[in-house]
Amino acid sequence: MTTLALKQVQKRYGAVEVIRGVDLQIGSGEFVVFVGPSGCGKSTLLRMIAGLEPISGGELAIGGARMNEKAASERGIAMVFQSYALYPHMSVYKNMSFGLETMRMPKPEIDKRVRKAAEILQITPLLERKPKQLSGGQRQRVAIGRAIVRDPKIFLFDEPLSNLDAELRVQTRVEIAKLHADIGATMIYVTHDQVEAMTLADRIVVLRAGRIEQQGSPLEIYNKPVNRFVAGFIGSPKMNFLDVSVVGRRDDGVVIGLAGADVAVPLVERAKIGATLGLGVRPEHIRANGAGGTHLGTLTITHIEHLGGQTIVYGRLPDKQALIVAMEGQTLLNTGETLSVSIAPEHCHLFDADGRRLAD
Amino acid sequence: MSITDASNAGPPLSVRLRSQLGGYGFLLPWLLGFVVLTLGPAVSSFYLSLTDFGLMGPANWVGAENYVRIASDDPRFWTAMRVTFTFVLLSVPLKLMFALAIAVALNKGLRGLTVFRAIFYLPSLVGGSVAIAVLWRQVFAGDGVLNQVLAALFGYEGPSWISNPSTSLYTLVLLAAWQFGSSMIIFLAGLRQIPQDMYEAASIDGASRSRQFFKITLPLLTPVIFFNAVILTIDAFKAFTSAFVVSDGSGGPIDTTLFYTLYLYQEAFTNFRFGYASALAWVLVVIIAIFTALSFMSAKYWVHYDD
Repeated sequence: MTTLALKQVQKRYGAVEVIRGVDLQIGSGEFVVFVGPSGCGKSTLLRMIAGLEPISGGELAIGGARMNEKAASERGIAMVFQSYALYPHMSVYKNMSFGLETMRMPKPEIDKRVRKAAEILQITPLLERKPKQLSGGQRQRVAIGRAIVRDPKIFLFDEPLSNLDAELRVQTRVEIAKLHADIGATMIYVTHDQVEAMTLADRIVVLRAGRIEQQGSPLEIYNKPVNRFVAGFIGSPKMNFLDVSVVGRRDDGVVIGLAGADVAVPLVERAKIGATLGLGVRPEHIRANGAGGTHLGTLTITHIEHLGGQTIVYGRLPDKQALIVAMEGQTLLNTGETLSVSIAPEHCHLFDADGRRLAD
Repeated sequence: MSITDASNAGPPLSVRLRSQLGGYGFLLPWLLGFVVLTLGPAVSSFYLSLTDFGLMGPANWVGAENYVRIASDDPRFWTAMRVTFTFVLLSVPLKLMFALAIAVALNKGLRGLTVFRAIFYLPSLVGGSVAIAVLWRQVFAGDGVLNQVLAALFGYEGPSWISNPSTSLYTLVLLAAWQFGSSMIIFLAGLRQIPQDMYEAASIDGASRSRQFFKITLPLLTPVIFFNAVILTIDAFKAFTSAFVVSDGSGGPIDTTLFYTLYLYQEAFTNFRFGYASALAWVLVVIIAIFTALSFMSAKYWVHYDD
């Protein structure tokens, strides 16, 4: 069942178009993550759904009803802000009850809801404290609690983890996922962090310059990025892009020339012989030291990052193109040494001159 | 070992003095002014308050006699106290409310904000001057502008607001309230400090504009309100120019505008009782100190500090 629908939604500030006709349907109980580089419009889009930014064109419907003109408080949403936006002069309890008191809900019902939310978030001992007496992680929970007590149809999160340190960020990420599983509400979550997007989302919506580039499940986006932008944005370390030219055609694909080697890549779409394409290979799909696949050449190592469980090797191919290799485990390689690398053709992505992925 | 000792002791005293001399040099103009124009007169006025010093003759030591007389045998002191407290209690809240209301209106992102801000600030620059007090006298006189307007609009024959004992003080309260500019500027700065997302959270919570004002804006503004209230209260206790000009220095009619400082001035420069006037000045210092201390003590019950 569709909870939220955007139809050709636009946002303009004067002549500047920030959101350029977004169409999106979000199902009940779905966890959708808007992701994209800064300035892509993801926060603006969320704020338009929340009712904090007027919609310049198109239609927003929640639960089937048009919401464009409705006030934020009448949309059945709750929002968790990046800064938490807790009221500094109110206790945790008051922060959570403020909205319900505004609705003139009976006191016993307010109390029941606040205590239940506090229990879910394990902040019951903090109810009488002021926000300034809380740690960043505790403030974050209160902000989520303030959303929960409203019992909204849709939760909106605007980069809620960006003010937390790395460890707490991972922990809170897990808790938000658990919260979603427990209460089953629809959640829309904005982040620029692709790890958050991959780990939390049922569906990722990748935005660039006010447009949806691609939407799909995390693995769909990871395995079948529709263009070079999405391919480069999702995945860490970033996908390698190498310039290649088509040297031959086969029944099931093309043969490309790469650093002196010829590689047969399966492809449904036809490509002209002589055309220049972009070859995308994820760092973990490059194999080192003759571990199978098509030999690419010898990599001269320029930099190494030892992560313990994984080693990231940065280097250059004989034709000077840069390449990143993610190797499992630890190695004793050093900068300046060489490494023989190969690729598996089935893990290759080919992009045309406009950056569009060629179907395979 | 000896090296450690030397570094613990720091450079020799003479070197440290020399390096600090520059700083004191820059401080000197202010320090001189403070000692000669503020500290000196303050100390000597306290001494004089314990004497019967007039303009002629030596200052004879009288101990606490001046203070005893103020407390027990000076009906005009109590009149001045009553007038001054009435003025403080009326003008300070009125001025605060004016300043806050205009600041909130100006904070709406109005076009030409800087122009309006300057216009509203103007009375504070000129309002304390003799010229404006003279103008005020013209406006509220029997044949003044206010009465002419009242007569033209409503056919109402107004009294002389300034020479009428039941209204004279209120014209001065109005004059003071009109000078809300500097508090307004501080309020505006305070309003700008309140994060916008606080209001966004409140609007998602369904709070109306007025609920946002009373539940968010006002509490978060209390440090600024407190600061303004203290400054305005001290200023109001010391108010002088307007009463002096409007009443021709008399505090009249029948002492209804006899501000404390005006009474003090009369004792010193009309009656030449400098010793007694000095004692009055010190009593005012104590009253202001008590008021300020009470304000600070009350602050923990109503002022919200963010961090």
